[in-house]
Amino acid sequence: MEQDNQLPLWEVFIQKNNGLPFKHEGSIHASDAAMALQNARDIYTRRGEGRTIWVVPSSAIAATTVEDEAEFFDPSDDKIYRHPTFYVMPEGAKQI
Amino acid sequence: MSSTIEQNSPTTVMQERLDQFQARIDADEKIEPKDWMPEEYRKTVLRQMSQHAHSEVIGMQPEGNWILRAPCLRAKKILLAKIQDEGGHGLYLYSAAETLGTGREALIESLHNGKAKYSSIFNYPTLNWADIGAIGWLVDGAAIVNQVSLQRTSYGPYARAMVRICKEESFHQRQGYEIMTTMMRGNSAQKEMAQDAMNRWWWPALMMFGPHDKDSAHTQQSMQWRIKRESNDVLRQRFIDKTIDQAHLIGLTIPDEQLKYNEDTKHWDIGPINWDEFWQVVGGHGLCNEQRMKHHIRAHQDGQWVREAANAFAQKQISFN
Amino acid sequence: METQQALYQYAVRLGDNSLIMAQRLAEWCSNGPILEEDLALTNAALDYLGEAENYYNYALSLEPDGRTADDLAYLRNERQYYNCLLAEQPNGDYAQTMVKLALFSAYLKLLYDALSQSTDTNLSALASKSLKEVKYHFRHSSEWMIRFGHGTEESKSRAQQAIYELWRFTSDMFETTAADATLKGIVPDPASIQSEWNSVINDLLSRCGLKKPEDPYQVKGGYQAKHTEHLGHILCELQFLQRAYPGAKW
Repeated sequence: MEQDNQLPLWEVFIQKNNGLPFKHEGSIHASDAAMALQNARDIYTRRGEGRTIWVVPSSAIAATTVEDEAEFFDPSDDKIYRHPTFYVMPEGAKQI
Repeated sequence: MSSTIEQNSPTTVMQERLDQFQARIDADEKIEPKDWMPEEYRKTVLRQMSQHAHSEVIGMQPEGNWILRAPCLRAKKILLAKIQDEGGHGLYLYSAAETLGTGREALIESLHNGKAKYSSIFNYPTLNWADIGAIGWLVDGAAIVNQVSLQRTSYGPYARAMVRICKEESFHQRQGYEIMTTMMRGNSAQKEMAQDAMNRWWWPALMMFGPHDKDSAHTQQSMQWRIKRESNDVLRQRFIDKTIDQAHLIGLTIPDEQLKYNEDTKHWDIGPINWDEFWQVVGGHGLCNEQRMKHHIRAHQDGQWVREAANAFAQKQISFN
Repeated sequence: METQQALYQYAVRLGDNSLIMAQRLAEWCSNGPILEEDLALTNAALDYLGEAENYYNYALSLEPDGRTADDLAYLRNERQYYNCLLAEQPNGDYAQTMVKLALFSAYLKLLYDALSQSTDTNLSALASKSLKEVKYHFRHSSEWMIRFGHGTEESKSRAQQAIYELWRFTSDMFETTAADATLKGIVPDPASIQSEWNSVINDLLSRCGLKKPEDPYQVKGGYQAKHTEHLGHILCELQFLQRAYPGAKW
């Protein structure tokens, strides 16, 4: 049988409303960016879920792995001084 | 000293990983694509997602059989939108399966060479318009019971696909029941079609939940890994209980002479399911097995030159403007 | 012909064009070259179905006699349908369908653009809504034509063959009927739409590296309800249940 191809995989990010962040919605297959945008539109915005679409070739995405988890993310756990609640404010201090 | 050696032996290391994995599952953590997972878990999840994806896609055929003949503009729009959803759901599920490193082309190839299955229900023919009602109400209704449960499945991408699918599917069952209701309120020919569809789809819909728990090969391990959250029989009974009242409300008869409400259990008891028929159809001897597969293979092969052209064009990187 | 009657005929014709195109596109369901295209074509079919219903309802509002959009869609015969011949042609392969959709949606894009400026406010509102949809169809189908034109030898030859086969049905879309004449000033002049269409299509074909047939032979008749044999079969399927169970409600 001849080598089949379902076209490259793309990841779809959709902004639902002006001002909101783009959110990963899923993937589609397409051979070029124009097709990827249209396929994303036809598959992920059928119920008025979209305002702007980003598509990114899945192969272009770099990701951390579960093995990276400890060294990437655990070190931030004890840096509690990055949170406002860490600081002691005098009684009666307002708007701070 | 001997215990140290034992701890480092490959089987013990593996057992530790398995235990850690099970602990994550028991804590209701989601397993993500790059996480370590037992090979058997990977295989089971992949098999289930691919079977689920293929079912959505093959399911487009029996319903598609009535698109061109839908009886009014409203019904045609609804049916088109619904079948489109099924295609979309197939796509979400293929994407979820692809996170495990198996491309869609490989999944489709497994379907074509018979290694991968799809739900046997779609090997039954749609013979009249009420069958479209029965598919939406009974077949999608049965599927939804299962899918709602699967929103909590342990494999992250599968669970997320199910959440999206459940949200979209919620209109499918209603559209089916609406068709049945309209026909039961119609003329005698329409009522006859509706009852005929009920008679033909009821038992196959019950078979969709799979063999009884005591006969189900995969259930126990799948439940332990929380791939499956509830057993075949539990889900089937849930479907039976809610559907019978709906049938009676619009005047449909359930084709089961042994059907009886059990006051003790507060559930409906049904007669025996014809598992011979189930295994016949699973084994490829349903009315439409060959037709469905030929259709899919033909469409796939007809599309080969289109996909090749799209790829060739992308290689040349010609701008559209 | 009175304006009212001409508007009725015009709106029914718009509805017929959309309905027949919808029925043809719906045939692709579960037959597309890739799952994504299945969904794309279903979307287009749904757009055309919605348009058909809107134009039928507008027509019926002009001559209210108790009939519904369904009656118009389901209870007329071949010689009472006014769609263009291009819409009813068989889908053929994917190149043929994309070429057909591009030729057809390019026409509707120009027509609806002009109609959106019509002094008939109902018509202009409907046209403005449809315009967004057909613009998208043109984008989608014309881009596929460009891919085919520059893809493989096979795709180029299939797309070229499609143009050769469908070209003879294109002038039919721009035929001037008695309704067009009566509605002069309310609806655009078909000849001016045709000349714009020619330049859009010439541009597209040159971007695709494809050409028109040398023989300019054209067949016409859709707007006079003189069809090819394909329409009858489309209606057989479309109307089956309404004809088999007269008066039944669905």
